[in-house]
Amino acid sequence: MSEQYFVAGRHGPRRGFVERLAGDLVAVFDHALDAEASSGRRGLLQGLDPRCKLVAILALILCAVLTRSLTVLAALFLLAVALGLASGISPARLARQVWLGVLLFTGLIALPAIVLVPGAPLWQLPWLHWSVTLPGLRSAAFLVGRAETAATFALLLVLTTPWMHVLKAMRALGVPVVMVAILGMTHRYLFVFLQTALQMFEARQSRIVAPLAGAQRRRMVTAAVGVLLARTFQLSADVHLAMVARGYRGEVHLLDDFRARRRDWAALSFALALPAAILWSQR
Amino acid sequence: MHIPDGYLSLSTCAAAYAAALPFWYIAFRRVRRLLHTRMVPLLAVFSAFCFVIMMFNLPLPGGTTGHAVGVGIAAIVLGPWASMVAISVALLIQAVFFGDGGITTFGANCLNMAVAGSLVANWTYTLVAGRSAPDSTRRLVAAGAAGYLAINVSALLAGVEFGIQPLLFHDATGAPLYAPYPLSIALPAMMIGHLSFAGLAELLISAGLVAYLQRANPELLAFSAPGRSPRLAAAGAWRSTRSLWYALAGLMIATPLGLLAVGTAWGEWGTESFADAGARQAILRASGNVAPPVAAPHGMERLAGVWTAPIPDYAPAFMHSAGFGYILSAVFGAGLILLLLLVVSRLVSGKATPEA
Repeated sequence: MSEQYFVAGRHGPRRGFVERLAGDLVAVFDHALDAEASSGRRGLLQGLDPRCKLVAILALILCAVLTRSLTVLAALFLLAVALGLASGISPARLARQVWLGVLLFTGLIALPAIVLVPGAPLWQLPWLHWSVTLPGLRSAAFLVGRAETAATFALLLVLTTPWMHVLKAMRALGVPVVMVAILGMTHRYLFVFLQTALQMFEARQSRIVAPLAGAQRRRMVTAAVGVLLARTFQLSADVHLAMVARGYRGEVHLLDDFRARRRDWAALSFALALPAAILWSQR
Repeated sequence: MHIPDGYLSLSTCAAAYAAALPFWYIAFRRVRRLLHTRMVPLLAVFSAFCFVIMMFNLPLPGGTTGHAVGVGIAAIVLGPWASMVAISVALLIQAVFFGDGGITTFGANCLNMAVAGSLVANWTYTLVAGRSAPDSTRRLVAAGAAGYLAINVSALLAGVEFGIQPLLFHDATGAPLYAPYPLSIALPAMMIGHLSFAGLAELLISAGLVAYLQRANPELLAFSAPGRSPRLAAAGAWRSTRSLWYALAGLMIATPLGLLAVGTAWGEWGTESFADAGARQAILRASGNVAPPVAAPHGMERLAGVWTAPIPDYAPAFMHSAGFGYILSAVFGAGLILLLLLVVSRLVSGKATPEA
């Protein structure tokens, strides 16, 4: 994962290649455990019905993409921060997990726009004689603002809802039941593979006495992919047999045990009213 | 490559979802028919595998590193359709759970990487590998080329998606509302990185994996040897309509060009064009100075009211942006053609190969 994402990598300045690889994998475990812990706490978003919450958060993300006003975008951002605070997720944590990563990635992409987008010049950069334009500044603000706000809402969903509930809630959006089952199993087995990969890299690391050359590193990574691929087929055959042994004949049934209360409907109506209001105001 | 939320307008995202949907549908149906009860565990476990290899940081010659998407590997080992589903599932978990790639842009990311990537990787691999033996060097070249081309086609699509944003969406001050760079900047910016580092990472991991499998686990490669695999047998129906798909893809990609065209196509005049002085001049110029009739022909007037197009002039009245209407119309039209193709291919394959 090379772009902006919620998993904060913790690379030390002098860590070796294998340690860095293993560190990336450990960071994914940390994020998953973190999400599980915070979704189990008491808070505003944690208390909402997952289906209503999923649709509401999607509506809020839609708002962030729809709006043509920087003020509305700023208000949505503040709403995200407020929802986070009410759900026990501090701005410091949001900054660490989302804002910094998005700012580094999207900010870097948006930066040249302030001089590249044509328009009335506001001021000239010294030495370079490039003019910063108002449309340039606005477009950079839109890009960074939208990316930050949408990513914050997405993280709020993950940090306040157990993954299995997110998946089950997808049924409310019309996602086929087989797809929900596949996504659930994928999430389960990706940790199995992360564990396997981590053990492979740790085993290799403990046998390395000198830094690996580039070609050796590449061979190590491709061999790890090859081993994982072989295990993939082995594991899927085993899982298939286990499923068939337990009565699986191709039909998937999920237990839908969610119950929406009045406050869930209130939250959902509020969230759905926002994109409607934005669309209406932009007519 | 993973486009975050906010880079693409909602209409572009909707168009990408609409374009990816038929592919997901066909992929899902084919995989289910081929694998039956094995589908859920195989796709789930393989998607998890794709997710994990997307995390590996591959060291590249020159000291840098790059992440591979793994689309080359998935298409070689599973075939294009199962690869489409597996990569899409991995991308969904990345987007929702890990925030890598947006939720509104998930359709676009899937269209670029899972759909286009899988198809290009599979075509390239089968084309270059031909009927070579699973342990031949030609397979290494084929795998490398498949990964490299797939990732670059994905980047090209993403570049086009970025590049059409400022053309279509800006506010009153002229500020682009989404990705701010035009095609002339967005395309080179995307392609330089992918033709070099990201493409190289994909090339190395695809070719490296095939090299590893040739020595350690050749039976996995035998799956993709021509004539031995059920997935290739299933691809037979695909091959018969391949040229149509190529043409359709070309047309869809060329759609934004229509936005740049000026004037009305010859012969596409309405009854009102004959009364308008400007339109009469245009008809005169376009027809080699043959003057148009004074009034609209009687028959044309009589028939003009018989049928009103659902999307008149490619932009219905409720749409404020003609550009968006144009794109939406293109997607709608392409969707109709796809639907027609599906019906035809189903009728043909239903006759040719009775289902097991």
